[in-house]
Amino acid sequence: MTGSGKMRRVVLAPYSLWALLFILVPLCFVAYYAFTDNSFAFTFDNILRFFTATSEVEGKQVYTYLLIFWRSLKLAVISTVICFLLGYPLAYFMARSSERRQKVMMTLIMIPMWMNFLIRTYAWMTILQDTGILNSVLTAIGIGKLHIIGTESAVVIGMVYDYLPYMVLPIYSVMAKMDVKLLEAARDLGCNGMGVLKRVILPLSLPGVLSGVTMVLIPSVSTFYISQKLGNGKFFLIGDAIEGQYVANNLHFAAAMAFILMVILLVVMALMKKYTNKRVYGGGDSF
Amino acid sequence: MCQEGRSPVFLQSERFGGTLMKKIVELKNISKSFDGETVLDNINLDIYDNEFLTLLGPSGCGKTTTLRIIGGFEHPDQGDVIFMGERINDMPPHKRNVNTVFQKYAMFPHLNVFENIAFPLRERRVPKKTIEEKVHEMLSMVMLNGFDHRRVTSLSGGQQQRVAIARALIGQPKVLLLDEPLGALDLKLRKDMQQELKKIQKATGITFIFVTHDQEEALTMSDTIVVMSQGRIQQIGTPQDIYNEPKNAFVADFIGESNILDGTMLKDLMVRFSGTTFQCVDKGFAPQEPVDVVVRPEDVDIVAQEKGMLRGVVTSVTFMGVHYEVIVDIGGFKWMIQTTDYVGEGEYIGLYIEPDAIHIMKKSEYSGLYGDYSSFSNELDELSDPGEESEDYE
Repeated sequence: MTGSGKMRRVVLAPYSLWALLFILVPLCFVAYYAFTDNSFAFTFDNILRFFTATSEVEGKQVYTYLLIFWRSLKLAVISTVICFLLGYPLAYFMARSSERRQKVMMTLIMIPMWMNFLIRTYAWMTILQDTGILNSVLTAIGIGKLHIIGTESAVVIGMVYDYLPYMVLPIYSVMAKMDVKLLEAARDLGCNGMGVLKRVILPLSLPGVLSGVTMVLIPSVSTFYISQKLGNGKFFLIGDAIEGQYVANNLHFAAAMAFILMVILLVVMALMKKYTNKRVYGGGDSF
Repeated sequence: MCQEGRSPVFLQSERFGGTLMKKIVELKNISKSFDGETVLDNINLDIYDNEFLTLLGPSGCGKTTTLRIIGGFEHPDQGDVIFMGERINDMPPHKRNVNTVFQKYAMFPHLNVFENIAFPLRERRVPKKTIEEKVHEMLSMVMLNGFDHRRVTSLSGGQQQRVAIARALIGQPKVLLLDEPLGALDLKLRKDMQQELKKIQKATGITFIFVTHDQEEALTMSDTIVVMSQGRIQQIGTPQDIYNEPKNAFVADFIGESNILDGTMLKDLMVRFSGTTFQCVDKGFAPQEPVDVVVRPEDVDIVAQEKGMLRGVVTSVTFMGVHYEVIVDIGGFKWMIQTTDYVGEGEYIGLYIEPDAIHIMKKSEYSGLYGDYSSFSNELDELSDPGEESEDYE
């Protein structure tokens, strides 16, 4: 046993070292910066500033960063929900297709991910602009112009486009493994199409949905560039705020915001996991 | 059993010797092909209330497709599926009063034993208390009391099988479809489950349509056996009929062991094969009609050479427990004989065959394909279990 234990440690050493150097150490730095001031003396000021700083927006006093955070969360949740609504049927359809078609669809979903994210965002700018491709098409077919660029919708469109694959792929991988006989059994036992979806497909694909939601929600909460380019800078998100503070060389407050965001996301993830553990594979009731 | 002539579904059954039985499922001229390959070729089958019917045949014979058509998972290209007098070709599975026990059970892994069994009742919004009562009733029927909260993934194959049966029966279907349900169980468990299934079928009075490739399973469990091959029904009958009066060489070979010989019907009650003329009990063939002759291995007596109707040399002897399996070369054709008397390899013996041990069949497309034991090997013939058969059918 000790031999194999030693072996394991040797094999895992590079990964452990990697994790230490590039995950743990930076995290410690973030925490360290978050709780210190410019002269590296311990302080809660940065954290408090996030929760208490106010400013005037349209004649009203608001909590600046809480408002920004709320906006980020709102857009992230909307994007995640849209990704789910688009991605779930797509994943289901993919998993039930012939092997050939599955490969083609998989490639089509992956291809945009090979292109740089900045380029994708710029592409959306040209599509969504008032004089852009979308509006040309809409005008040509007689619907008229839509003002999209610079609205929250534009930001959501950008995020959904960028993050959709992260929703589709985990759900697809769970769906592809699902035994078709289970769906037949459900129909045999009296379920119509909706019943099969509700009572078998959905609960069995929950682990995939959970990781899809995680993989979309977290990057969209901390998104920054998309909001600047597609929102015309009108929708300052928490990611933009962090970037702004960083660029302004205010590293301590940037670290504090990052730290708070991280803690909030951790709590959200933990709650989500606890909730779904109860439902996935009959948890609670068993044993 | 039923009142006479009340409705078209109360029809005279040929199968039950004139007793009146209610037809529950009728397959009329069913044909089905997948990718241009014919899987079912004009299937006609009546299935009666309360019977245990087995679809028996080698893999690829169309038995599972037939079952899936009744369940509603496949649609026939041609022909009609009639359920209690009503055409149900286009009725989806969830509306059919038919449930299925799937080959690998298809348990819902996200639900425990109780919820798996309660599944169909929850769909029908049955009151909670009734569900609880019914599930417990089912659990005790399949002898899984106290298993309510177990995960299905923690159960053994046999236990999952029982849950699958309970789940399929709780909705009280008119017909239960079983798709090789015992295939994944070991021999001992399989035998126990055979008995139990038969018991459950009798107790519930539900029509069972059972699919298997195991001829022994079919013989021990069924009221009616439907032998299928190449998408066609070869023979329908009771286990005794199928065994004693096989219709063609395929059936004779597939069910039990058979020596199948090329013969000529000289006249009624007289047949010639292996260069000898025999008395038999079959008639109604044309004079000099070429026929297939079946002699079951357990119906042949070994006698001294000079007393034998046929003479040959023993080429192999295998001890099977209850009896010996002897291969005898008679004029180049190898016979299998099952006997409790020991004979030695290389010994010259005579064979004596009673007239009623000879069964005559019309020539068919299967003639000449089966029934010679020249390439016989026990190891390859893993499915046969002749010890049991000779006990049951001698």
